[in-house]
Amino acid sequence: MLATILLIDDEHGFIDTMSKRLSKRGLTVYTAYNGQEGLESLAKYGAIDVVVLDVKMPGINGIDVLKIIKTEHPLVEVIMLTGHATVESAIEGMKNGAYDYMLKPCEMEELRAKIKEAYLKKQSQETKIYEARARHIELRRGD
Amino acid sequence: MSNKYYHGLTKSMMFTIILVSFTPLLTITFLAGYQYSVAYKSRVVAHLRELVLKHDQSIDYYLKEKTAEIQVLAAVEGIENLKNEARLEALHNSLLRHHRADFVDLGLVNSKGIQVTYVGPFNLRGANYADAQWFKNVQEHQIYISDVFLGLRGVPHFIIAVLIESEGEKWVLRTTLDFIAFNTLVEDIRIGETGLAFIINRKGEFQTTPRKNIINEIPFLKKLAAGKNEFSGLLHRRASISMKINPATGRETIFVISPIKSGNWLMIYQQDVSDAFSDLNQAKNIAAVILLFGGVAIVVMAYLMSRRMARKVELADIEKGIMNEQVIEAGKLASVGELAAGIAHEINNPVAIMVEEAGWIQDLLAEGLYVEDNEREVLRALNQIRSQGIRCKDITHKLLSFAHKIDPTIIRVKLNDLIYEMAELCEQRAKYANVNIETSLADNLPEIAASPSELQQVFLNLINNAIDSMDPKGGELDIATRFESGVVVVSISDTGCGIPKSNLSRIFDPFFTTKPVGKGTGLGLSIIYGIISKMKGEISVKSALDKGTVFTIKLPAAEAE
Repeated sequence: MLATILLIDDEHGFIDTMSKRLSKRGLTVYTAYNGQEGLESLAKYGAIDVVVLDVKMPGINGIDVLKIIKTEHPLVEVIMLTGHATVESAIEGMKNGAYDYMLKPCEMEELRAKIKEAYLKKQSQETKIYEARARHIELRRGD
Repeated sequence: MSNKYYHGLTKSMMFTIILVSFTPLLTITFLAGYQYSVAYKSRVVAHLRELVLKHDQSIDYYLKEKTAEIQVLAAVEGIENLKNEARLEALHNSLLRHHRADFVDLGLVNSKGIQVTYVGPFNLRGANYADAQWFKNVQEHQIYISDVFLGLRGVPHFIIAVLIESEGEKWVLRTTLDFIAFNTLVEDIRIGETGLAFIINRKGEFQTTPRKNIINEIPFLKKLAAGKNEFSGLLHRRASISMKINPATGRETIFVISPIKSGNWLMIYQQDVSDAFSDLNQAKNIAAVILLFGGVAIVVMAYLMSRRMARKVELADIEKGIMNEQVIEAGKLASVGELAAGIAHEINNPVAIMVEEAGWIQDLLAEGLYVEDNEREVLRALNQIRSQGIRCKDITHKLLSFAHKIDPTIIRVKLNDLIYEMAELCEQRAKYANVNIETSLADNLPEIAASPSELQQVFLNLINNAIDSMDPKGGELDIATRFESGVVVVSISDTGCGIPKSNLSRIFDPFFTTKPVGKGTGLGLSIIYGIISKMKGEISVKSALDKGTVFTIKLPAAEAE
């Protein structure tokens, strides 16, 4: 699995270490320290598959960032990361199209598994899109 | 609330009860007492007057009757029969028979004053009355009733004399009336201890034997009879009454004076006022005793009742205080709940970092400690764990300092420190709500006397409200303190949604809230209001919709130590 992910959280120490650990596990990891930065990174590095997004952040909060991601990069899967007190907002995020949510602090393996699932989902969707396009081209040929 | 307050309360209740009970009691007592005494006095006086009138009539009647008797005798018998001693004796016996012993004797006196015939117990035949006053008077007036005098016989008596003219010669038929029989007429008037009646003549000489020794009064009576003192006005009408100090006894005395025997004699009834009205005085005494005991009972009851009531008020106040504390406690729990969201997140972050770092160390250890600079990385991770642990500790400490039980004990508080602490506590929440907290605290701020945990409650609530009003758009929260004419002023201003005018007057009401059910208790501001007014401070609010709200709290500075 060679997914490319983006971590967005205002806690530097948290995502710095997490990115190290995920990198060690073969993932390509980008980090952003707030929502704005994250959106910019998404635009900059087109290859990002999965975003791990903190719900509570100063500036644009997680839910708003999610909404923007889902409109601008509909294929990108988002995993919400949240403290216990904001589980409701994480669920709110799911309603807005997030793949899943996780509670802080999170188990590395669990996170990896979720990222993998999300990545696979994205892959399958992309595949479906390719197939659809191919069929479309085929159909066009058949004109 | 001090003991003094309840003492004052007791006193004012007591005086009110006493006043309310005594006013009608005394009014009724005095009004009824006055009416009663006036009525009673007038009745007594009327009774005495009646009595004297009756007696003076009967005495006049007695004298008239006796006089008429003698006149009849004189007219019917003629001088010749009267000169005849045997005939006179028969007449006298007849008089004695029909009038008991009233007529002591009977005698005929010739024009020279010599008693020519006499029937009676004394040997007075031949007695010479030429110089006697009565003999002179009877020559002038035809009929004469003498005053009581000792006369020749040395026994008090009085006489009735009738002038008879026969064949150019003047005779006088005289009879002596029994003084004792006459005396009983007057002596019968006995009322009370001091009530007595007597008759005096115009010279002030007693015509009856008074029941009691009133020799002391003789000079006074002489003046009275002569019309030379303040009572003289009474001498002209029948049974006139006066209540004056009797100079002889020094006591207030009722006098009923009636002239009798064509004004020659005075019938006097006198009685000490205190004796005459003794029943009244007794009633007065009973009333006074009842009033006294009633008054004492009222005072005692008023005291006990007001003390009991004050005690109840005190208990109610204590209960109210406890309830108040409980409400504050509940409000605090609500605000702690609000805090908890921010705090939990704040705690979760360092914990998450620690977990990550620990995982990272595990990863590195799996790789081997001496590969590349793994050792240094582990040390860095450990340091990070340590510093995040300290961060957790700080957060829990902040929370703990707030979450302990509300303590209403009043101490001297440095307001700036407290505000700073509260601002710090809310920092995290503010950050996520994109609120920037600015504090501009005056450094000349005096200490204030307050309960720190209650004040924490006040500021936490106000800061939370301000943040709520700006969430999620963000804004500026300014907390400023200043010292103004002896008052510490704290203003907390936000740039939030503001409060509509229609709600402004209700925001301090308990349970008034605009938040959805389950979000706010509506107690925060009412608790704040309670705390601030308990401290004798003031809280005011200014708000403009979508511009922001300013809460201003004015607190009295603590007195210098």
